[in-house]
Amino acid sequence: MRRIRWGWVAVAAVPAVFIGYFFVYPVVRILGLGLSELNIGASGLEARLVRVGWFTLWQATISTFLTLLAAAPLTWAVSTYEFRGRRLATALVTVPFVLPTVVVGTAFVSLGFGDSIWAILAAHVFFNTAVVVRTVSTLWARIDPQLEEAARVLGATGWSVFRRITLPLLKPSIAAAASIVFLFTFTSFGVVLILGGFEYATLEVEIYRQAVTLFDLPLAAALAIVQLVGVTGALYAYSRYQERKTVTWTLDRASNRPISTGRERLAVALSVTVTIGALSIPLVALVARSLSGSFYGALFETDPVIGRPISAVGNSLLFAVAAMSIATVVGLMAASVITARRGSLSRWFDLTLMLPLGTSAVTIGFGFIVALGWPIDLRASVWLIPIAHALVAIPFVVRSTVPTLRSIPDETREAAAVLGASPSRVWRHIDMPIVSRAALVGAAFAFVVSLGEFGATSFVARPNTPTIPTMIFRLLGRPGETSFGMAMALAVVLAGLTAGIVMWIDRVQFGEIGRF
Amino acid sequence: MLDVKAIDVTIEDHQVLKETSLRVTTGEVMAVLGPSGSGKTTLLRAIAGLVAVDSGDITWDGESVLGIPSHLRRFGLMFQGYALFPHMDVADNVAFGLKMSGHDKVANEVADALEWVDLGGFGDRTVDSLSGGEKQRVALARTLAPQPRLVMLDEPLGALDRNLRQRLVVDTRRVLEERGVTAIVVTHDRDEASALADRLAIMRDGSVVQTGHIEDILADPADDWVAEFLS
Repeated sequence: MRRIRWGWVAVAAVPAVFIGYFFVYPVVRILGLGLSELNIGASGLEARLVRVGWFTLWQATISTFLTLLAAAPLTWAVSTYEFRGRRLATALVTVPFVLPTVVVGTAFVSLGFGDSIWAILAAHVFFNTAVVVRTVSTLWARIDPQLEEAARVLGATGWSVFRRITLPLLKPSIAAAASIVFLFTFTSFGVVLILGGFEYATLEVEIYRQAVTLFDLPLAAALAIVQLVGVTGALYAYSRYQERKTVTWTLDRASNRPISTGRERLAVALSVTVTIGALSIPLVALVARSLSGSFYGALFETDPVIGRPISAVGNSLLFAVAAMSIATVVGLMAASVITARRGSLSRWFDLTLMLPLGTSAVTIGFGFIVALGWPIDLRASVWLIPIAHALVAIPFVVRSTVPTLRSIPDETREAAAVLGASPSRVWRHIDMPIVSRAALVGAAFAFVVSLGEFGATSFVARPNTPTIPTMIFRLLGRPGETSFGMAMALAVVLAGLTAGIVMWIDRVQFGEIGRF
Repeated sequence: MLDVKAIDVTIEDHQVLKETSLRVTTGEVMAVLGPSGSGKTTLLRAIAGLVAVDSGDITWDGESVLGIPSHLRRFGLMFQGYALFPHMDVADNVAFGLKMSGHDKVANEVADALEWVDLGGFGDRTVDSLSGGEKQRVALARTLAPQPRLVMLDEPLGALDRNLRQRLVVDTRRVLEERGVTAIVVTHDRDEASALADRLAIMRDGSVVQTGHIEDILADPADDWVAEFLS
C-alpha cells in the first residue's frame, strides 16, 4: 500500500552519491592502500608513525590547555559583568577564529617567529581563544545568580563558590569547547606547515609531505589511517561524555551584573585589554609588514614562475562561487532528508555528512588524488577544487539550515498538501521561503570556507590555477624580501575579504559564528 | 459519497485503526465523537492521505482514493492547531489552495471566503497578530476556499475558551450549511457534536462502534459503554 515517492528518492540520492563518491569511496581507498602496505617492522615505519602521532597528540593537548588558560580571564569578564564594549570585545576575539589558517600562519611569520614549537602553540591559542570564550560564556552568563548567592549565604567564600558551584555547572561547556579546540589543533595543517619548518610535523603535514613532496602514497595512507583513528576516537569520547552529562538545570536569561567596585573595574579592564591587545599583535604586525614596501603593487606584476599573484584572487572568487553553489544545493537536499524524520535514513545521513568536518581537509584532498582516477580520471579536472571546498562546507550549510527546517511543524506541510500542493510545491512554498535566510547564512559560510581552504586545495590545486592560500604559501616559500612582503599583502587581502563576509553574516544572524 | 471500508492503520507498531468503517453521504455533516486516543484524528489523516492505510479501502463515489496522493484528493482538512503558514499574511493563507489548483486571479475568491467567516478586510494582517478565534476562522476560510469535495475539521474549537466556543459553534455550523459542504467534524464534546452535525459516529479504541442520529443513539445505544460515554 505504501507508495514509493520517487521524487524523494532523487532528493536523497544526490547528497548520498556526492558524499559517497567524493568522500566515503576515497576514504575506503586510503584504508585499502594504507593497510596493504602497513607491514609492521619494515624500515622503521612504526617508529615514524609513533613519532609523528605522538607530536600531533601532545601539541594538541598542550594547545588546548593553553587556550583554556588564555581564554579564562576574558570569558570571566564577558560572562559576569555588563560593561561598555562587552559585545565589541566578544566580536573582536572572534576575528582570529574566522581567519584562514594560512593568514594566521603568515601573521606569525611576520612577527619573525617562525620555525619553532612556540610559534605553533601561540598560533593555536590565537586561533582558538574565541571558541572557548563564545562557547563557555553563553552558558556562564545564563547561570541563575541565585545559585551562587545561595552558596554564599551558606558560608562559601568567593573562590569556593566558583570552584564548587560555577565550575561544575560549566563543565559540559568547557568540555565541549576543549574538544573542539583539540580537534582543530589535532588536525592543524596550514599553521604547522608554515610555522613548523622541517622539524615539526603533525599527521596532517606529514601526510602532505609524503604524498605531494615525496610521492610515498602508501606511507601517506598509513598516516591518514592513524589520523582517522585519532579523530574518530576523540569524537567518540566526546559524544560519550555528552551522553553521560546528566546535570540539568533551568537556564536563566543572561544576567550580567554591572561593575560595582574599583577592583572589579581593574580586573575587567585588564582582562579585556590584555587579551584583545595580545590577539591583535600578530595582525598589526602582518598589516605593518605588508605596508613596509610596495608589495600590493607587486601583486599585479607578472612573475615568470608564478604568474601574476593577484590572479589568485579571481580564481579564488570563482571557486568560491562554484563551491558555494554546490554546497548549498547538496547541503539543503541533505538537510531536508535529515529533517524528514524517516527513521534510520535520516540518522545515517546526519552522521555521514558531519564526517568530512570531523576527519580533515588533508584527508579529503589526499583521497581525491588516490581515488578519483575511476571511473573517469577526474584528478586533473579543475572542478576538483570547488568540489573539495564544497565537501568541507556542506556541514556548515546543513548545520545552518537543519534547526530552521526542524522548526517547521509537520502539520504546516500537511496543511499545504491537503490544500493541493504537491511535494515539490510544498518545498517551494513552505520550506524554501522559511529556510531561505538560514540558507543564505549557510551559503555565506560556504563561501568563506572556500576562500580560506588550504588543506584539501594543496593536493588538488594546479600551478596554473592557484587560489589565494596556495599562492600565499608559494610566495612564503620563495627567497627574498619582496616575495615575503607580497605574501603578507595577499594575506591581508584574504583576511579583509573573509572579515567582510563574516561581519555581514554576523549582522544577519548574530551570535552563530562561534558554534563551529 | 465517502465510504471508508474496514481500514487498518498502524503507526509506529501500534495499530491505531482496526477495521474502521464510516459512510458520509454527500451534503451531510457527520460528527466523529470519541474519547481522546480513540483514533479520531488518525481516521481523518487516513482519509486525507497523510498516513498509509494497511488494508481496507476508502472510496469517493465508488472509486478508490487510496492511490491518489493527498494533494490531488481534493479533501480539505482543518488541523487542530490550525497550521496557518507563518510566513504568509491572511490573504495568502486563504489563497494558497486556490493557487495550487491553478487559479491565478484569486483576490475575489479570497475576499469572499473571508466574508463567509466575518473577517472581511483582514487580508493583509499577519498570522501572529490574530487572536485564537480569528485564527480558527482564517483556518476555516482557508479550508473552504478551494471548494474541496469533502471538508474535515479536527477539533475545530478545541483550542478556544468556553465563551468563544459557544459563539463559534453557531458560526461554524452556519458557514458549513451555507456552503452546503459534505463534512466530517471530529470532537470529544457531545454538545459540540450535536450542535455541528446531522449524524454522529462514535469511536472507541480505533473502531466506529455506532452511527446514527443523536436521538436514535441515545434511545438505543449499542452497548453499555456507548450509553455511559454519552451520558
